[in-house]
Amino acid sequence: MIRVGVDVGGTNTDAVVMEEKKFLGGAKSPTTVDILTGVEKAIKAALDDAKTSSDAIDVLIIGTTHFVNALVQRTRLAPTGLIRMCLPSGSSILPFADWPKALVNGMSGSFRLVKGGYEMDGREISPLDKEELINAVEELSASGCKQIAISSVFATVRGDMEDDALEIISKAMPDLSITLSKSIGGMGLLERENAAIINASLRPLAEEVVDSFKLLQKSLKLSCPMFFTRNDGTLIEAKEVIELPVLTFACGPTNSMRGAAFLSGLQDALVVDVGGTTTDVGEVKDGFPRLAGTSVMVADVRTNFAMPDVISIGLGGGSIIDLKEPMTIGPVSVGHELLQKAKVFGGDTLTATDLAVASGRCEVGNNAPPLISNIDKLIKILDKMVSDQVARARTSNKAIPVIAVGGGSVMMPLEIDGLEVVTPKHNDLANAVGAAIAQVSGQVSRVVLLNDEVDRDSAIQEVTEEATSLAVKRHADPKSISVLTISDIPLSYLPGNNLLINVTVVGDLLMEGL
Amino acid sequence: MSIKKLSFVDNKSINAIAIGGAVLGSGGGGDPYVGKLMTQQSIEESGGVKVIDIETLPDDALILPIAMMGAPTVMVEKFPSGNEFAQLIPMIEKMLTKPVVAILCIEAGGLNSTIPFSAASKLGLPIIDGDAMGRAFPELQMVTFTLGGISATPMAMVDEKGNGCNYDTISNVWTEKLARAITIEMGGSAMCSLYPVSAKDCKKYLIKGSLSLIHHIGSIIEKHSFNAYQILVKELNGKHLFQGRVRDVERRTEGGYNRGIVKLEGIDEFTDRKAQVDFQNEFLVAMEGDNVLATTPDLICMFDANTGAPVTAETIKYGLAVNVLGLPCDPIWQSKEAIDMIGPRYFKYDIDYKPLSTL
Repeated sequence: MIRVGVDVGGTNTDAVVMEEKKFLGGAKSPTTVDILTGVEKAIKAALDDAKTSSDAIDVLIIGTTHFVNALVQRTRLAPTGLIRMCLPSGSSILPFADWPKALVNGMSGSFRLVKGGYEMDGREISPLDKEELINAVEELSASGCKQIAISSVFATVRGDMEDDALEIISKAMPDLSITLSKSIGGMGLLERENAAIINASLRPLAEEVVDSFKLLQKSLKLSCPMFFTRNDGTLIEAKEVIELPVLTFACGPTNSMRGAAFLSGLQDALVVDVGGTTTDVGEVKDGFPRLAGTSVMVADVRTNFAMPDVISIGLGGGSIIDLKEPMTIGPVSVGHELLQKAKVFGGDTLTATDLAVASGRCEVGNNAPPLISNIDKLIKILDKMVSDQVARARTSNKAIPVIAVGGGSVMMPLEIDGLEVVTPKHNDLANAVGAAIAQVSGQVSRVVLLNDEVDRDSAIQEVTEEATSLAVKRHADPKSISVLTISDIPLSYLPGNNLLINVTVVGDLLMEGL
Repeated sequence: MSIKKLSFVDNKSINAIAIGGAVLGSGGGGDPYVGKLMTQQSIEESGGVKVIDIETLPDDALILPIAMMGAPTVMVEKFPSGNEFAQLIPMIEKMLTKPVVAILCIEAGGLNSTIPFSAASKLGLPIIDGDAMGRAFPELQMVTFTLGGISATPMAMVDEKGNGCNYDTISNVWTEKLARAITIEMGGSAMCSLYPVSAKDCKKYLIKGSLSLIHHIGSIIEKHSFNAYQILVKELNGKHLFQGRVRDVERRTEGGYNRGIVKLEGIDEFTDRKAQVDFQNEFLVAMEGDNVLATTPDLICMFDANTGAPVTAETIKYGLAVNVLGLPCDPIWQSKEAIDMIGPRYFKYDIDYKPLSTL
């Protein structure tokens, strides 16, 4: 199977061509305002580099920052209404609590609370009232909200009430588009509901983006199936992106970590992705990034969808060095002007790249490296900045290697926090490689009450089966499915054994049936 | 130590209270975030909360503590209706045939540090500047009132559906047992009022000024972030016990407790040293080798070395750099009777309590 992987980053758009596990070629092109021009150039150049024609391509996989940018810039957000099924509980904290006001206004956010929801053991708080639900949605729709997000208390324990609501609303008002909270977030009503609202507000944009990528596919004569990459490093179909755009939010750092693990052949490692302005540090286990455990802030809104646990610091190849005591490196950077402004490239700004060249760590540029009097001390500062983050990103004492990727990886020392540093070939295209190698996943999170009939093992088994059938539905090869993570957390302060079980399985993409 | 007296709580000051409440949670008590949001909504609808000194009330005034009982993890899914407090008050008033004049926070640490503010705002009642723990503890009887022989009952409990339940029991241990069982039937969390006290008893057994204190602590963290611990040590007569990176977290769950050990490896001035902190919901014992650094009832608090934010035993992770502080508990917890109830031996540690200042 020949795959094209694309990663649209803030500065560069990267593309690679791969045949199964073999790297055939790749290219970089500056990211353009319209996104697509940059993508087109990168794909063409990558195909040239790989000496592959477009009709040989079996699948196109795209990682893009489109949607998170739209949210951060508060542009193109559709008017969105939320229905929370919770009454009589829930009124003490209303939806949109703790949101930046401008963002709520930006999506004309409104909401209604209706009867429904579940207890933690799956009992109904109250039954769903069909008429009440329809009336509430009609009110939201009349106020201009054509995007509806639906949440229900403990939807992670039982999702059927959200499904019922979807069916009722779709029948009564087929012109509305609906996002269910259980499709997106984990435990935590407010965070899950926030993620659902954000998702709903991005759906019209998602439709446009997917359509424009389809047009691009045509102009590039790539008549293969197209996928996008999810936050967890797995695939999502174009038609699913239209429904769940938020699932692609954090695919950038994920793809880079997945790519780093693949290129180095190391499945358990720390990854340091050094760009022009920032460095991201994270950890991969079994080739997948470790996910953030609790809530994640997205554009100042608390959400809880699965995102990689990444620490970012303001250090990159373009970081400006200030020689005044106490000496500092970054966070201000010359960014994409590195090739004009750094001293080794004939510019007049002392950057981290100049430091790396002067200290003999790498050879770049056409000018001689500048003389830096305090070079040993500066190198120590640089190394400490990285090793502090690596130490924080580690989750065990085990001596696992550090994979350095990205354009600035040449600045890295041979050892970080006492760990060996590996810099694989093609590391500057790690992001796009990560997209190209993406697999299919299924993830289920739910609370199970253990009793005489259900013990821990059978509860985990049940959740695993559910995750597997979800992955197969998403075109995973059933024969290739393996369990990626199983975690069970007992809920404290309660007697009885309530377990919150999380299972993620992954499998290879199956081309048949696509 | 000069702590500014808190006299009024608005939507801004509740932020600092929630941060300070997480600090006095001493690693446990649940995240005050949900209670903060409840309070912010109540304040928007019903106005801010007046904070008063217990000494300003006549001895016979009836004071009502408000708390949430059950699993903080349920509270992140199923929020209260907001009508619970208005239902609780008449239940207690009917039993005691007296009007409630002020609300009390029973536990100034964790989730219960913020919830009483929501009640006070909704009911239009003032809140007393003080609490009955000065921190967080896991069991209902672990309050200063127990030292005064004050009963937890009459106790009232209400769920979000409107079910109410009165308790009239023979001991606080029975109250804990029965109330816990009803909480489960109510869906894992409920609002309750317990230990209704007269202002007279309150004046005797209250840990005074603890709401001003958590507001003060929270304000320091908001302002000084990762440097805040240094100021807290000075102002609160505490000790900087350790600075280190988490190198292991052993967890197990027993009887509804989140138990375990956090192992730390020293950094900066603590390089080449090792320490460990044991927890049972709250951080209870800190040791360096065989040397005891601090034990319950003194507070052991951890702060993220990078952000200054308080760290809980539920969320602490390998690799995090933390500052560990010991803060002295209120002197009321240092009597033999109190130590029997909340000292290290009650939690099955073979250690005698020695006050932080003597270690």
